[in-house]
Amino acid sequence: MGDVYSAPRCSYPRLLRLTLFPFLYLSHFSPKSTIYLSLSISAMSSSLLQSRAPPALSFSSSISAANTHWRFTSSPAVTFTRRTKNFTVHAKIREIFMPALSSTMTEGKIVSWIKSEGDVLSKGESVVVVESDKADMDVETFYDGILAAIVVPEGESAPVGAPIGLLAETEAEIEEAKAKAASAGSSVPPTPAASAPSPPPPPAPVAAAPTPAAAPVAADGPRKIVSTPFAKKLAKQHKVDINKVVGTGPFGRITPADVEAAAGIKPEKVTAVPATAAPPAAAAAPAKSAPTFTEIPGATIVPFTTMQAAVSKNMIESLSVPTFRVGYPIITDALDALYEKVKPKGVTMTALLAKAAAMALVQHPVVNASCKDGKSFTYNSSINIAVAVAINGGLITPVLQDADKLDLYLLSQKWKELVEKARSKQLQPHEYNSGTFTLSNLGMFGVDRFDAILPPGQGAIMAVGASKPTAVADKNGYFSVKSQMLVNVTADHRIVYGADLAAFLKTFAKILQEPDTLTL
Amino acid sequence: MQSSISLSLSSASPITVRSDGGANSAASGLFFSNTATPNQLRFCGLRREAFSGCKSSNNAVIFKQLRSKTKISAALSTNGNSAKGFDYDLVIIGAGVGGHGAALHAVEKGLKTAIIEGDVVGGTCVNRGCVPSKALLAVSGRMRELQNEHHMKSFGLQVAAAGYDRQGVADHAENLATKIRNNLTNSMKSLGVDILTGVGSVVGPQKVKYGKVGGTETVITAKNIIIATGSVPFVPKGVEVDGKTVITSDHALKLETVPEWIVIVGSGYIGLEFSDVYTALGSEVTFVEALDQLMPGFDPEIGKLAQRVLINPRKIDYHTGVFATKITPAKDGKPVRIELIDAKTKEPKDTLEVDAALIATGRAPFTNGLGLENVNVETQRGFIPVDERMRVIDSKGELVPNLYCIGDANGKMMLAHAASAQGISVVEQVSGKDHVLNHLSIPAACFTHPEISMVGLTEPQAREKAEKEGFEISIAKTSFKANTKALAENEGEGIAKMIYRPDNGEILGVHIFGMHAADLIHEASNAIALGTRIQDIKYAVHAHPTLSEVIDELFKSAKVRGKVSLVPPQPTFSLVLQWLKATFLVRLLSQLQCKLVSGQETVDLPQ
Repeated sequence: MGDVYSAPRCSYPRLLRLTLFPFLYLSHFSPKSTIYLSLSISAMSSSLLQSRAPPALSFSSSISAANTHWRFTSSPAVTFTRRTKNFTVHAKIREIFMPALSSTMTEGKIVSWIKSEGDVLSKGESVVVVESDKADMDVETFYDGILAAIVVPEGESAPVGAPIGLLAETEAEIEEAKAKAASAGSSVPPTPAASAPSPPPPPAPVAAAPTPAAAPVAADGPRKIVSTPFAKKLAKQHKVDINKVVGTGPFGRITPADVEAAAGIKPEKVTAVPATAAPPAAAAAPAKSAPTFTEIPGATIVPFTTMQAAVSKNMIESLSVPTFRVGYPIITDALDALYEKVKPKGVTMTALLAKAAAMALVQHPVVNASCKDGKSFTYNSSINIAVAVAINGGLITPVLQDADKLDLYLLSQKWKELVEKARSKQLQPHEYNSGTFTLSNLGMFGVDRFDAILPPGQGAIMAVGASKPTAVADKNGYFSVKSQMLVNVTADHRIVYGADLAAFLKTFAKILQEPDTLTL
Repeated sequence: MQSSISLSLSSASPITVRSDGGANSAASGLFFSNTATPNQLRFCGLRREAFSGCKSSNNAVIFKQLRSKTKISAALSTNGNSAKGFDYDLVIIGAGVGGHGAALHAVEKGLKTAIIEGDVVGGTCVNRGCVPSKALLAVSGRMRELQNEHHMKSFGLQVAAAGYDRQGVADHAENLATKIRNNLTNSMKSLGVDILTGVGSVVGPQKVKYGKVGGTETVITAKNIIIATGSVPFVPKGVEVDGKTVITSDHALKLETVPEWIVIVGSGYIGLEFSDVYTALGSEVTFVEALDQLMPGFDPEIGKLAQRVLINPRKIDYHTGVFATKITPAKDGKPVRIELIDAKTKEPKDTLEVDAALIATGRAPFTNGLGLENVNVETQRGFIPVDERMRVIDSKGELVPNLYCIGDANGKMMLAHAASAQGISVVEQVSGKDHVLNHLSIPAACFTHPEISMVGLTEPQAREKAEKEGFEISIAKTSFKANTKALAENEGEGIAKMIYRPDNGEILGVHIFGMHAADLIHEASNAIALGTRIQDIKYAVHAHPTLSEVIDELFKSAKVRGKVSLVPPQPTFSLVLQWLKATFLVRLLSQLQCKLVSGQETVDLPQ
């Protein structure tokens, strides 16, 4: 869609996309829920959109569910009347964009086109099924029209905001739309800049280009590149430029292992390769790491699900954050006693820990802050405790919002609901991506201490071990056996310093050791 | 590649579009769907008994006893007595599934029957097609399940890495074919069908010869002759098959190797089923398809979903709209080379270098050397022309008396069970009862994981027909996601789709993609065969929780305007008629009485 984007009047799509966030979030009720599609109108004036954008830009976490009507009010039809005259020719071809179904979603996969080219669509009909990193969703059209061209075919992925199809209002425009689609297919679509606060991984621009509708045929070049079907799939998934991979398979063909090597994935031994160093790694890896990829007969390779891919991506991104860790022992006898007391009322240990962390964070706002650009502190107005939960085939972090303000019982109830939703994959995006501080507890497995990786965009994460009877000496030299739990906090050292974290942990320990305040 | 068979076929009629799919599935589909045709119902239970287990000699005894007790009309449980002046009432050339089905039915009808087999009993289906491929697919289904850690975990199961022994898998397929072949042979022997060994050919009207080529040949006479010689894999020009790296389904079923990367030319039933087998065993697959989309012949919607499930997430890529013009086997340390040209522009498009290539471009009829010239019959692209009653048509367009052709050799619908149904239809006719087989009621299935099945028309075919004949059609769909049993099995992927007439509730086509689809289709195919309407069948009860409820839901979700015809209109009509007749008779009688009483002259007809 490069040419369409470069036209001066077409600078709006990003703005429009931003306005769409709120209703996308709100309508995300179930994995198969309905999303109203973002369609832009070529003739739409960007100034008007800008005037609409500000309220919508506050989408990050503060939209409340009461705003459901948003999705209807954002109809660009209002703006349409103003400037239609000027651009009558292009007025009726609308682009269908890859919607952002979650804030962590940078690209989506077209699961299937429910409609095919030439189908007449009416407002509210499902057009396409998109797989985000969390779920499959039907996406509905917001306009009547004819699906003129499918730019991104089924099974292909496109970055958020990239056009995936064209909608013509009348049959007359179909040809024009097709021409547009054809020219778009031959050029590289723009990479979405808006959705990536951190610099995107360098190999992305090369490989992000969704191949045009034609069958995946290896390009003829001076050097014949032969890559196996799975190698091609992996390359696309890991955004590896297959043309730069050196094949080590039979007859010099590129095997899936070659692509994995180029992508820096090492099944046996994981060495920390910073994301920014990927291009040299891509070039050097095959030579260097090929021997470690000796194929073990009978090994099976299971590609990541979208959720697993999202985890993988986040983990790689986390390597660019300078982190450090501080551990702290906490005596939990008082906490255990309290837990026994409140357990019948439905309070869980998770809720107790989340509440304690939230109360400590109130006193240490810097631990609740985040560093978004490497230049400033972002102090978050609310304390949202994300809690890591393992679900089938993945990991998700449901968020207890405003954990400092809710009482223990409400918090427990909230948590129960969130876990239910997480299990049935029905979490709404703001329920898993608005965390400001993360809690990860492996104590139930008997783990005594562990080390968590800081998720990008947050200031700190706490790893909680099991509470175990331990011989403790008091200041008078008397030994006694007390239940002791080790917590270990990983923090972003750009904003949280050692003393900050230590002070926070001291407060946290104090709250847990004198836990009566928790029930207030 | 598809060209010579499927493309030309598809122009003929809606049914033959299906037959190109059928061409493929003759090698891969459906042997045991004995219930395919309605007129076979009486038969299938017994036959299944004869098939099952290896102690078929015992079975045969029971079989005879049963028959002599229950079946009087067939007079004898052994082969009938020959007709006057003929060696046999019926001679069948070819002992595949079609010939076998015809032979068994002929004996039941009291005909003296012989079957001529030049190769092995069972034909393609049993030896090189549907049967061994089912064995491989049973393995691939389990491999797939065991390899899917996520799937296992969701059951709470823990499985160590799954592996396989290639020879063990190959042996399973071979053993299955042997077992079924023996069952088939024994079932015919026990009924007293004469199995004549050698190549059979027609020497004149009602005359057949058989024997080893170049050896002694015997001529026999028969009142009626059925040609059931089947088909062989079709290999397009420019393709060099060496049986090792460039193979057809015949070789692939022996599973002598599992190549790392295999190209499958043709994405019909055969190709699809083999892609399922190969990817489960660890190969990577590239499809080469001449048409613009994969899986031609399937309902487009089903094809789309199937592609989403069976192709996209697997280690498969594809080239569509291309012909493989030249395929050279691997030799001298070089890989298999496949030259592709654009199907429309004929310009060279690409060259693939892979470890192996499977040619799955359909099947060609096996009709050479049948002596058809002796009865003045010319084949059309190898197929023997027949009418709707399977009667062979000669070069002048006239029917050849007493000569029939069934199965792949006539190309009507290249499916094993279709051949069998055609054979039974012919036997019905030669034993004096007219019978026309409704090919639209014959189901077809593709045994991938999950399976695909269909009966009747696809949506585009139905729309075309509706437009031509001026009626309305509607579509009903149900999802496996809503089915309890499917969810219990963690196999919620799949849909069932029905195309029907909302005005009278006629079922035009049903397509299923999902777990056990091949077994589910028969409810729909039976309804079509028996003419059952949706408004009636929707009241039939299904056990809960079963997958069959998917079809139940499908029938229930259809919106038919016509009224329930639970009490069919015919009885009411005939009742009225009877009443009218009765009153008329009463009047006649009373008139007669009057006349007799009044002593007037003889009765003449009233009015």
